[in-house]
Amino acid sequence: MITAGIDIGSITTKAAVLKNNQIMGIKISFTGYNAEKAGGKIFQELLSEIKLDEKDVEKIVSTGYGRNSVKFAHKSITEITCHAAGAYFLDPSVRSIIDVGGQDSKALLLGNEGKVKDFAMNDKCAAGTGRFLEVMARALHLNLDEMGEISLKADSPSKISSICTVFAESEVISLISKGESRENIIAGIHDSVASRITALAKRVNVAEPIMMTGGVAKNSGVVKAIEDKLGIPMKISEFAQVNGAIGAALLAVKV
Amino acid sequence: MTHTNLKNESRRERRKIKSVKKMKEIMTKYYIDAKTARQNRKKVAWITSGGPVEPLIAMDIIPVYPENHGAMIGANKMGIDLCQKSEEMGYSRDICSYARADIACSPIKGGPIGGLPEPDMLVCSNNICGTVMKWYEVQARFYGVPLFILDTPFIHSNFSDEAKKYVVSQMKEYVSFLEGTTGKKMDHDRLKEVSRLAIEGQNLWQEVLDTTMNKPSPMTAFDAFFHLALIVTLRGTEAVIDYYTGLRDEMKERINEGISMVANERYRLLWDNLPVWYKTRWLSEKFASHQACLVADTYTSAWCSVVGLLDVDNVLESMALAYSNVYLNISVDKMFDTLKFMINKYDIDGLVMHSNRSCKPYSLGQYDLQKMVLKELDIPTLIIEADMVDERVFSESQIETRIEAFMETLDNKYRR
Repeated sequence: MITAGIDIGSITTKAAVLKNNQIMGIKISFTGYNAEKAGGKIFQELLSEIKLDEKDVEKIVSTGYGRNSVKFAHKSITEITCHAAGAYFLDPSVRSIIDVGGQDSKALLLGNEGKVKDFAMNDKCAAGTGRFLEVMARALHLNLDEMGEISLKADSPSKISSICTVFAESEVISLISKGESRENIIAGIHDSVASRITALAKRVNVAEPIMMTGGVAKNSGVVKAIEDKLGIPMKISEFAQVNGAIGAALLAVKV
Repeated sequence: MTHTNLKNESRRERRKIKSVKKMKEIMTKYYIDAKTARQNRKKVAWITSGGPVEPLIAMDIIPVYPENHGAMIGANKMGIDLCQKSEEMGYSRDICSYARADIACSPIKGGPIGGLPEPDMLVCSNNICGTVMKWYEVQARFYGVPLFILDTPFIHSNFSDEAKKYVVSQMKEYVSFLEGTTGKKMDHDRLKEVSRLAIEGQNLWQEVLDTTMNKPSPMTAFDAFFHLALIVTLRGTEAVIDYYTGLRDEMKERINEGISMVANERYRLLWDNLPVWYKTRWLSEKFASHQACLVADTYTSAWCSVVGLLDVDNVLESMALAYSNVYLNISVDKMFDTLKFMINKYDIDGLVMHSNRSCKPYSLGQYDLQKMVLKELDIPTLIIEADMVDERVFSESQIETRIEAFMETLDNKYRR
């Protein structure tokens, strides 16, 4: 059976196509201002890449913030349930998930067979999310992808005390003007994000092993900061960013 | 009208609670009486929702509740404007939105009823929070009227004899304060009769709330939020008894006829904290669309949960004890006991906690309670971050995702 999962996030849209529990293809693109269009476009592009016809795909599940705008999906399921299903598929030993996406960060505690037992999400605030990192990268004239590498070279991470993204950005700017090194500032930013995320993780009493998913899992600096604070290593799959879409495609089998 | 619309329409009719009309009439009359108090040579006292109202009723003083006013402001979606107005006056956004909205109403006679009737005195009990003391001080200065503060020590484990003596002595001062302000003597027989009516009213309110033990439930917590107004504002009067008797009987009738508030009730949920007044309909429909019924809540039951401590033969002493023991004046461990009791009593599948930016004493401890409920009772919890009146802190799409994820968690857990 061939199924697809479409995960429309606040920044990126992800798609995955699975055949009998094997990943046939994945794709990531920017969501832009039209979530409905983004979902249709990524699906068609992925189908042509893996040389499939729309008719070959039996069931489609949409997830993410734009889940209800994917009109061709058979069902929409929240990203919480999808990330749990995806992570359990990638590694059945996983007991908890830390997912950090564009505008949400969440910690999930899993029960049996990859089912969600409890979850906690960030409040109405961009602190501890990918968007926060994006704003900081802009203030530092950096690409988001470079931040992880650079921060690992820090000798003394700066202290970013503000939780608010806007205030934290002005803190960063004042650190720049004081001549603080870019490495230390970025490490400080990662520390601040990690503090918010570990607080969520502790709220649900995360159990080992923990998998980290979502786009921010690609940032080695944030990963390290979370590992240091929790004292637990993070499992990170090469499919971390498309984990939600994979989970959606898996759940589509039962739709 | 399409076929589906017709179907929805007839279902809505079935959902309607008939008593609502009478309730609106009683509340309208109450506010007219309060607004015309001066013409009728009656005195008005503003009082906190957890304050002892019986002595006021016994002395024919009309009690007025700024918190009930706050709820009306929220339900009428006037919260943002009034909160902003208070911020222009210099109050911080971090202050309770009931306090902000009420303070902003006074100078402009704003809000849904053109401001509350001016008070002759203020009565404030800090059994519900510390904010009320400053809020009432502000209003006492604004109106130039006397303020009585009833200080109830927080109950960590038990209520010591010293604490009890302290509150009892204040109850006596409270009576002297009212006598001094009105120039009349308290009629203690009348106070006893008012207390008897208050106890009867609270017992009836509990009976109304307990009809939701039936499966399916004849009403939801959203209905309780609405019907609560009487036990808060008119506790100690006959009107409350008549009304709740009728409401209870209507609920029993619904049970007999098998009428449920939520179609095909699948999940029974417990709500914690104040309502999100400007979103009650949205939330109610959201949960109902998942066949989830909020059958009980810790908020509306707070106006009857200490009734067992009241004693008509020992009015002032027992009131001191009862008013000190309310849900917001006890430790997290004691709050957990209440949650546990309610979860078992109403056969609850999941807990929904409103983490209310305004209400610190209610929201502090929720994360601990969530952990305790999961660990000891294996009941999942949903936390909704919002505010009871200030709509600016409500994020609809985030909350929608959380509710859906919570329902998926329940589906996985119970496989219904």
